[in-house]
Amino acid sequence: MSKEMNFDVTVIGGGPAGLAAALEAHKAGGEVLLVERENRLGGILKQCIHDGFGLVRYKEKLTGPEYAQRFIEEFESAGIESMLSTFVTDISRNSNSNSGFTIKAVCSKGVETVNTGAIIFATGCRERTARQVFIHGTRPAGIFTAGTAQHLINIQGQMPVKKCVILGSGDIGLIMARRLTLEGAEVEGVYEIQSGPSGLARNVQQCLIDYDIPLHLSHTVTRVFGRDRVEAVEICRVDENKNPLPGTARRVECDGLILSVGLIPENELAESVGVTVNKATGCPTCGENQMTDVPGVFACGNALRVFDLVDYVSASGEAAGRSAMEYLKEVGLHG
Amino acid sequence: MDRREKEMICIVCPNGCRMTAQIDEQANIEVTGNKCVRGKEFAMREMTNPVRGLSTTVRTDSPELPVLPVRLSAEIPKARIFDVMKEINNIRVTGPVKQGTVLARNLLGTGADLVATADMPHQTEK
Ligand SMILES: Cc1cc2nc3c(=O)[nH]c(=O)nc-3n(C[C@H](O)[C@H](O)[C@H](O)COP(=O)(O)OP(=O)(O)OC[C@H]3O[C@@H](n4cnc5c(N)ncnc54)[C@H](O)[C@@H]3O)c2cc1C
Ligand code: SF4
Repeated sequence: MSKEMNFDVTVIGGGPAGLAAALEAHKAGGEVLLVERENRLGGILKQCIHDGFGLVRYKEKLTGPEYAQRFIEEFESAGIESMLSTFVTDISRNSNSNSGFTIKAVCSKGVETVNTGAIIFATGCRERTARQVFIHGTRPAGIFTAGTAQHLINIQGQMPVKKCVILGSGDIGLIMARRLTLEGAEVEGVYEIQSGPSGLARNVQQCLIDYDIPLHLSHTVTRVFGRDRVEAVEICRVDENKNPLPGTARRVECDGLILSVGLIPENELAESVGVTVNKATGCPTCGENQMTDVPGVFACGNALRVFDLVDYVSASGEAAGRSAMEYLKEVGLHG
Repeated sequence: MDRREKEMICIVCPNGCRMTAQIDEQANIEVTGNKCVRGKEFAMREMTNPVRGLSTTVRTDSPELPVLPVRLSAEIPKARIFDVMKEINNIRVTGPVKQGTVLARNLLGTGADLVATADMPHQTEK
């Protein structure tokens, strides 16, 4: 089945950025569609069950799902169109300049075609993986990014490890050190190659110090042992240039290695429409109004740049929603 | 016993102030390094009865949503966290549940209730 649909603004991604963008474009009078590849709205917040969200916006300590729910309720009562379990695979620019875009989206019913005046990318970010860090040895099972471990425990209810080492001290890694400990796993230590932690000081306190989990600064994992499953890792101290120091290698027996080594905006789809994306940071080229270098294409949330607080993610979604409607009025695509 | 001193990071807001708290024989507490009064209150509690909030999940009987996120309605003494975790992991919930629903009251006498932080739709949602 395939039918044609026409919208002023199509938002890709139903996390906090996309929800805020859709709501704001709707309030400015737009016909809005939101497309989300998962079967529920909320984005990554669904798995961030800890509290600390919304301190800036609501002056309250909400958990991730609670923060998301406020936007989801507003979104649903506004009656904005959404397509869940739908993956945007292809976007093309219509031939006349400023005449909008054609989007192909795959869902269980088949391929849908959507015509839209403007597009807002709210596709979030992904985590750096083992491929992007330099570790010797095999690649057995038992190596997870912190976000994957978070999804396994908080959404699927499965424990990925019994005893693990965490590489990198990003906030998600710190949060997961506590979460794993609460659920009965042993976190042998968190190892950070830099001389200071990369996560927030409050997370060092409430996730590591509170549970006596050691944080080893200027240390890294240099090797993984194990054929089918991780059996041990090798830890080394590093010098100020981050090179492993000879004679400092130590073997730690464990069945898992969890990586928390950074986030990169998710922008492959934006690149395919011609948006210039910085190779090193993953960030799209954007003007002040969050419009990319392709007129009519906007970015917000962690697809724009990695924000450390969700409150700012929502604000950037709202700004993109407003800008998109202003653009459509300017080019005469919206009355 | 003379003065006892403790260094800590305030967890009340994202600023994460580094603070030092000193307690003397008369149980007078002096705090330095805090940027606001909430930090001082936090440090006083840390020296007497440290408390923490707790967010976790509970098992459900739904194969589509095997665990449901939950939190405690109030902070509890830090020393009780693992007992309370064990208690929560014995609970099993049946849907539908609305966000905000109390799933268990006064866990292990701590005074804290267990509250759902997400909706659990009725079974057989596509
Ligand atoms: C694993 C992980 C854990 C995090 N934990 C925290 C935390 O604890 N605290 C915190 O403040 N921040 C955390 N962050 C940062 C967090 O991403 C932001 O706070 C915020 O949730 C970002 O919102 P967003 O809407 O930009 O992205 P997201 O919430 O990631 O939403 C993006 C959405 O786009 C959808 N999508 C992507 N591509 C497509 C496509 N082609 N078609 C259709 N849909 C698509 C995705 O399914 C997703 O739902 C975390 C990030 C990650 C990756
Ligand atoms: S002392 Fe005040 S400003 Fe500093 S972290 Fe605590 S609450 Fe925030």
